[in-house]
Amino acid sequence: MYSYPNIEKQQTENITSPLSTPHLQIKNLNVYIDEKHILKNINLEIPNNSITSIIGPSGCGKTTLLKTLNRLLDDSKNIQITGSVLVNGEDIYAKNAEVTHIRKKMGLLSQRPFPLPMSIFDNIAYGPRIHGEHNKKILNQIVENQLKNVGLWEEVKDRLHHYASQLSIGQQQRLCLARGLAVNPEIILGDESTSALDPISTQTIENLLVDLKKDYTIILVTHILRQARRVSDYIAFIYNGEILEFGKTEEVLLHPRNEITQQYVKGFIS
Amino acid sequence: MKLRLLKDFLFNKISSLLLLCSFLAISLIFIILIYKSIPLLEYQNIGSILSQSVWSPLKGNFGFLPFIMGTAWVTIISLCFAVPLCLLTSIYLVEYAPDKLRKIVLPLINTLAALPSVLYGVWGVLFIVPLMGEYIAPLFGIVSSGYSVLSGGIVLAVMIFPIMISIIVEVLHTIPKELKSASLSLGATKWETIVKVNIKKAKPGIIAAIVLAISRALGETIAVLMVCGNIPKVPQSIFDAGYPIPALIANNFGEMMSIPLYDSALMFAALLLLIIILAFNLIARVVLNKLEKNHND
Repeated sequence: MYSYPNIEKQQTENITSPLSTPHLQIKNLNVYIDEKHILKNINLEIPNNSITSIIGPSGCGKTTLLKTLNRLLDDSKNIQITGSVLVNGEDIYAKNAEVTHIRKKMGLLSQRPFPLPMSIFDNIAYGPRIHGEHNKKILNQIVENQLKNVGLWEEVKDRLHHYASQLSIGQQQRLCLARGLAVNPEIILGDESTSALDPISTQTIENLLVDLKKDYTIILVTHILRQARRVSDYIAFIYNGEILEFGKTEEVLLHPRNEITQQYVKGFIS
Repeated sequence: MKLRLLKDFLFNKISSLLLLCSFLAISLIFIILIYKSIPLLEYQNIGSILSQSVWSPLKGNFGFLPFIMGTAWVTIISLCFAVPLCLLTSIYLVEYAPDKLRKIVLPLINTLAALPSVLYGVWGVLFIVPLMGEYIAPLFGIVSSGYSVLSGGIVLAVMIFPIMISIIVEVLHTIPKELKSASLSLGATKWETIVKVNIKKAKPGIIAAIVLAISRALGETIAVLMVCGNIPKVPQSIFDAGYPIPALIANNFGEMMSIPLYDSALMFAALLLLIIILAFNLIARVVLNKLEKNHND
């Protein structure tokens, strides 16, 4: 059941003391699409309350990796997934794992904003309503809190019941972020979330994500190295479906150990 | 060089001329129908033509209410069957069905659209009419021959399945995957996503499909004529016979010169049908524009 945001956030804070186990652990993950080996033996522990960027050339499996994390590949055809993804120690690919419960824990911010075909208010209230919250006062509070959270409240508070598609694209992306946050996720997944935005909106989203990492564990897929450098604490470099390097941002970007990573960060391969 | 420009110029003019021709054709139909209806309108005022339910051309009574109601009953009944069935079928085909099944079923449904309507009529007479008369009507304690607006509605529903399903399937296909992902990633189930996001997003398209289907249903003649019973009385229940406007015209145009004003009355029926369909499409267009505006702004 859905509970009021602040309460759950406090619980989250307690869980995420520096010594606690990582929210998200990926163990021996292999993904085959149409019998092609897309992700090869991925092992990763995503540090809590930090931003981890997944970088790599296009087509290397970044987005596939992100989608396996909240089981969005479930509906695709000819997919085979082996290995495990642990969220708070619970394997989301276990047989008895319940998929809606897993997805609720992870907010997804896609490449382009996709507001649901309803009003601004309903977009944010959509998730809480689905999880059983119908109290109008609480919904009002959630909508206001989340819109404030993404700095959209002042801009839209007078037109909450207008169609969300009437917002600018940058506003829409912030709305989508707020919509994701409204179900109290623990992890935010961003799939090149700024690639359709103008520089100013991009900056706004980046700043938001940096602000949000105190409460959430954030994973960003990006192909923009400068963005990875600006916002992330850790970087995972994927090449041909394999993780070649994982470490702190400065280490990976300034002193990469792997030769291919070196070539990538220097811009020889893209 | 000049020849090329001339060709270009000519093509432009000729194509606009052709457009004018098709527009003229519709206008001419309209004008001729109005012209032919005038004798009836002079004989009886339009209010009483539309509101009276006595139809006896020999005595000079031309009340169109039974035909208007017959058309309305059959069309509404057909929609009651077709809309939910087509919507669910389309959702299943797009969201749940395996690829193989979809590849077999969709062409099959399109073939249904190509069947001549007289075949549907025969199927109605041989199967639906006896089913209604012998099994369904007695369930409700009603004696019916089976030739009824319900039979007409069912046959018509089957006839509009293909057009509705193929349009709704197309519309559902255009919904971006990411929009569904957005809903799913909030923890919504697939069904919740379909009901609250897909259908909502597809609403203008679904309405367009229904409008096209209704236009087809309003004008459908032969199949409905074969199973409806064709009694010029306002139907009181779904097991009563009805007499839709197209059936009236098709059944009687052979003898329309034999009775005074009969030809004018049938032309008026045609005019009425034309106006109903035009008005209906116009209203639907306005509603759709409004919906699309809401969605896209």
